[in-house]
Amino acid sequence: MNEPDILGASLARSGISRRSFLKFCTAMASLMALPPSAAYAMADALKRAQRQSVIWLSFQECTGCVESLTRSFDPTLEQLIFEMISLDYQETLQAASGEAAESARKQAMKASYGKYLLIVDGSIPTKDGGVYSTVAGVSNHDLLVEAAKGAAAIVAVGTCSSFGGIPHANPNPTGAVSVSDIIKDKPIMNVPGCPPIPSVIAGVLAYFITYGKLPELDNLNRPKVFFADTIHDRCYRRPFYDQGKFAKTFDDEGARNGWCLYELGCKGPTTYNACATIKWNGGVSFPIESGHGCLGCSEPNFWDKGSFYKPLPVPLADNTPIITAAALGGIAVGTAAAVISRKHQTSISEEK
Amino acid sequence: MDLLQFARGPALTWALAIFAFGMTWRLAGILLLKRRPDYSEPRNATSWPGALKLIISRSWPRREFIQRTAFGQALGYIFHIGLAIVVFGFAPHILFFRGLTGLDWPNLPNAIIYLSGAITLGALIVVLGRRLIHPVLRLLSNFDDYFSWFVTFAPVATGMLAVAHLGARYETLLAIHILSVALLLVWFPFGKLMHAALVFVSRGSTGALFERKGASI
Ligand code: HEM
Ligand code: SF4
Ligand code: SF4
Repeated sequence: MNEPDILGASLARSGISRRSFLKFCTAMASLMALPPSAAYAMADALKRAQRQSVIWLSFQECTGCVESLTRSFDPTLEQLIFEMISLDYQETLQAASGEAAESARKQAMKASYGKYLLIVDGSIPTKDGGVYSTVAGVSNHDLLVEAAKGAAAIVAVGTCSSFGGIPHANPNPTGAVSVSDIIKDKPIMNVPGCPPIPSVIAGVLAYFITYGKLPELDNLNRPKVFFADTIHDRCYRRPFYDQGKFAKTFDDEGARNGWCLYELGCKGPTTYNACATIKWNGGVSFPIESGHGCLGCSEPNFWDKGSFYKPLPVPLADNTPIITAAALGGIAVGTAAAVISRKHQTSISEEK
Repeated sequence: MDLLQFARGPALTWALAIFAFGMTWRLAGILLLKRRPDYSEPRNATSWPGALKLIISRSWPRREFIQRTAFGQALGYIFHIGLAIVVFGFAPHILFFRGLTGLDWPNLPNAIIYLSGAITLGALIVVLGRRLIHPVLRLLSNFDDYFSWFVTFAPVATGMLAVAHLGARYETLLAIHILSVALLLVWFPFGKLMHAALVFVSRGSTGALFERKGASI
């Protein structure tokens, strides 16, 4: 009989030192604001845990989310994720293809029925019977429904699977929807972002394996530990916002001084994500630190909320035509009212 | 479409359209009215200095009544100036106006905005309290007075709550803030808030009339 697929054993096999494993656990625990003792508890639990069976389905997506995860800046992080999980099906990463791949998926689903974690990236097309994206002749919709049945929980990775994302953007030609639009009877966690931060994906996986459940979620089913604050709340340029100092163009004095990017269209005030604290590329920097406003990529409908370069308070629609028409209408009605009352005045004075 | 998108999108579009329609309707309707012919002999040939004088003199307490009116007038000044600072000095508001009109002007630091916001909020509450307590004012007040107070108070209150992240998520508070502004815009031309556009017109006409008649201003 095979020895059970325990994470500790697989760590030893792949030569990951106890030290770097503990470092990973400490980092994850602190990212998720768990008490320091939780790092050891996590290390202990993770080591003894069975590697979590994961089935990863990719629907209408650009592979950016998988790229974000697999090209994470820190190779140990990436390696550890793949040690923590037993990735039983992932079209981009698996060697198998065709019938072999599909039967591997079915086998894994059967073997860990009720226990596997289903990860989804990409949105699901629903128009015209879902013909716009199929795998092995099965529509994304049917595949999702089938795979969701045996899942312990579902993690929607990226804005597309969380909220519909770019395929869902106006005019949404494929009728793209999110996972939670279709699956109603399973715990679903959204990890949005275009793409999401790799350590956020790693953190929530570590949490799920350690505690056997999803972390606490916010109103949009995002893990609160990573999505509790807006970019603006944690932005290092915030003092300039408060002083009312704004860059007016991308290369003016204000931009060189690192002033706030609000007037250049930064969507930080209404965007919940961890970019400003965890940052990207192993903590090197994040978009605002590189001089570009936040696009709001982890929010629903971010593609349809006006130009990335239009300041937040500028109304979404071009209201000039309707305001002009309304004003002309008002002048017409007002003039008519005045004419009527003038006639009335004249007739009264004639009567006298 | 979430609440914030609704507020920023259709709600503001409709509110702005109703505001533009109402303002031009009422202004054209009033300004194009026929003046009553005055057959009397004018005491003064030019009447506009009287218009100016009355606009200024009515903006200040009368010496005879100063003890009775100074408090009310001071309150009025405080919240009007506070409103002006908040509405026209805050960077997000200026960007809103710039989006509509293309005009741009320098903004004030947020600390000043929040301070004036708080003072305005306080002054508005005292104003309402006075209206409720003062027997004559209370008798004179109707729905229009209270509702106009409410639509003025609401944007200030919700703006402060949004900034403080108090009571709900920021995007919800912001959406409510914008919806309260939409309500203000819709009510503005049709209620007593229209005084903002007409106060100097009416004072000016009264002043001009007084000057013509040779009354003291
Ligand atoms: C102390 C009082 C106030 C505070 C603190 C405040 C705060 C804010 C804030 C933070 C925004 C942000 C918009 C963003 O970043 O998306 C905003 C927008 C806005 N506020 Fe206020 N506000 C106040 C009073 C008012 C009043 C009295 C009015 C109107 C008469 C007003 C009209 C607006 C408008 C039109 C917007 C633009 C809407 C948008 O962002 O899409 N505000 N306000
Ligand atoms: S750059 Fe963006 S997130 Fe940072 S303070 Fe300015 S508006 Fe807020
Ligand atoms: S800064 Fe904003 S747009 Fe950029 S990755 Fe973070 S949430 Fe997305």
